[in-house]
Amino acid sequence: MTEFLQHLANGLSVGSIYALIALGYTMVYGVLKLINFAHGDVYMVGAFAGFYLAQVAGIGVYGVEASGGAQLLHAILVTLGAMAICGLLGYTIERFAYRPLRHRARLTSLITAIGVSLLLEYGFQLKPWITSPIEFPPGPTFRVFPTLVERVPLEGAERAVGVSLSNLDVYGLLVAVILMVVLQWIVYRTKFGTAMRAVSFDWQTAGLMGIPVNRVISWTFVLGSALAAAAGIIQATSRPKIEPLFGLMPGLKAFVAAVLGGIGSVPGAMVGGLVLGLAEEYVAGYTDSSYRDAIAFSVLILVLLVRPSGLFGRVTQEKV
Amino acid sequence: MRAWPVVKSFLPFLIGAPLFWVFGEWLPGAWNLIFLTVFVNIVLAVSLNVVNGFTGQFSLGHAGFMAVGAYTAAKITQSMEGVQLSFLPAYASDHVVFALALAASMATAALAGLLVGLPSLRLRGDYLAIVTLGFGEIIRSIIENMKALGQATGLSGLPPRTTMTWAGLCALGTIVMARRLATSTQGRALFAIRDDEVAAEAMGVDTTGYKVRAFVISSAFAGLGGALVAHAIMLCTPKMFTFVRSIEVVIMIVLGGLGSITGSVVAAVVLTVGLESLREFQSFRMVAYAFLLIVLMLTRPQGLFGTHELWDLRIFKKRRAPAPAGAKEAP
Repeated sequence: MTEFLQHLANGLSVGSIYALIALGYTMVYGVLKLINFAHGDVYMVGAFAGFYLAQVAGIGVYGVEASGGAQLLHAILVTLGAMAICGLLGYTIERFAYRPLRHRARLTSLITAIGVSLLLEYGFQLKPWITSPIEFPPGPTFRVFPTLVERVPLEGAERAVGVSLSNLDVYGLLVAVILMVVLQWIVYRTKFGTAMRAVSFDWQTAGLMGIPVNRVISWTFVLGSALAAAAGIIQATSRPKIEPLFGLMPGLKAFVAAVLGGIGSVPGAMVGGLVLGLAEEYVAGYTDSSYRDAIAFSVLILVLLVRPSGLFGRVTQEKV
Repeated sequence: MRAWPVVKSFLPFLIGAPLFWVFGEWLPGAWNLIFLTVFVNIVLAVSLNVVNGFTGQFSLGHAGFMAVGAYTAAKITQSMEGVQLSFLPAYASDHVVFALALAASMATAALAGLLVGLPSLRLRGDYLAIVTLGFGEIIRSIIENMKALGQATGLSGLPPRTTMTWAGLCALGTIVMARRLATSTQGRALFAIRDDEVAAEAMGVDTTGYKVRAFVISSAFAGLGGALVAHAIMLCTPKMFTFVRSIEVVIMIVLGGLGSITGSVVAAVVLTVGLESLREFQSFRMVAYAFLLIVLMLTRPQGLFGTHELWDLRIFKKRRAPAPAGAKEAP
């Protein structure tokens, strides 16, 4: 039972990260019908943005010893900063790599997305050529993410049910849930959200109805990238080793989560992420954990064979 | 004269074998491995082009099939090391064993291709890309967990069997296969699927069947490429067959033009030689690849040759009679 609960806790923590990244995939797919391969790398850039912001501001290991409340404030500021940086990155990618290709074959955009992904991964692995105030690009070795919030094990949970948890797990889950609620509100309760859903339904007609399609698509990228950045920071605060390739696997798995939930569906991405995180934790926990990476892809193949539209997706009919 | 068609179909190899042998002897030692890599990349690029270019499906799992082929061949040559076939002299015996290993690698890779292709080719476009990528990673993950295959350290100390002649002949074989496929009934069905799948299906083309067949052929040759790589660098590890390896091959065929055999060959030669000779800038290599890919997609998404072949270019066309009016250009 203890083991079961421990896996549940771990699964939720991993799953919330997948869910946040999957939201970006699903929103972009919704409006553009494009698998944004570079999204996993935006998540990586988010973590590095947090790393550099903390370094420049002297937060964490770089100086200021702060009390609990100030620590949280710093963490929030760093997270918001990283979200802004990644939002800008998402906008840039869309504007210069995807927009010129919007009217071409879909495969062209897919190949471009792979190119952008490689560019970010390997660009970040180059030797640093800027050395002050920060070393950029970070190079291929591991960097240690600064301690934004002190890790405090929750002894109550340990004593009551024998599950080892820390405040970071709780904060991570909390932030993820808050962001998802905010997103849900944006998509279903605001004018922008309505425009976004209209574009995803039929962008040509939406354009005829006076919806600024380009702006809506840009903002969709900004939103998705900001969520990925938040996911990157949450991940990096609890497991502080970051490197330029660490977005590759989470990115692919989050895509699987998006497909599992039904790509294009916002609640689907959330559920898909959590389900995938739990499935991975349980299967890897009770059997051989070295197959961890294969689990997600097996889930993907199973979903596509049994129910290609996913848990929450609309079934699309083929038209000639 | 019934023997002539048979001789004719073997003619490229009969002419090629001594040429490749002379080329291998003449080439300075430092360039040896580079040109082996060139030939292997030709095998990989042309075979991937059968799926991605001819059939218009987008596979990102070529490295997985390479791994299957490489490990099969490596296991065979490793266990046959020191065994001499009694009816053959020592030198020939090694080559016969290697030929058998190559054939086995193609067979196992084709089987893997069939197993992967049957379920996943029901999907289209970007979904297919992700699923093949997933299968590639699953294959690698399985190999990494198999004790018999050396897990993450892989198999080392393989005999260096990939000579210039072998590599060259395999590259030639792949090209001949692709060309003959393109000019056959099978090839026309594949082009029909690429141009409009729904229309092809309406015309009675068994789309799934043809797609699976193209996929199986392509993965068989990927296995051949993998086996050649393993015996060229005498090593076989799961790290050699990551997703990045598949992407490298995709970049080659995209640069050369999806659907163009000569395009793939030219791109494989140019990219391999060009990037190997820039070895000092190793870390920039992938960044350059990425840039190339993005710029190419933005400026010339059909690649250097599009779906045309080298001999379709205007400089070669001048001497030929003009095509009859209304005739469509052969793909």
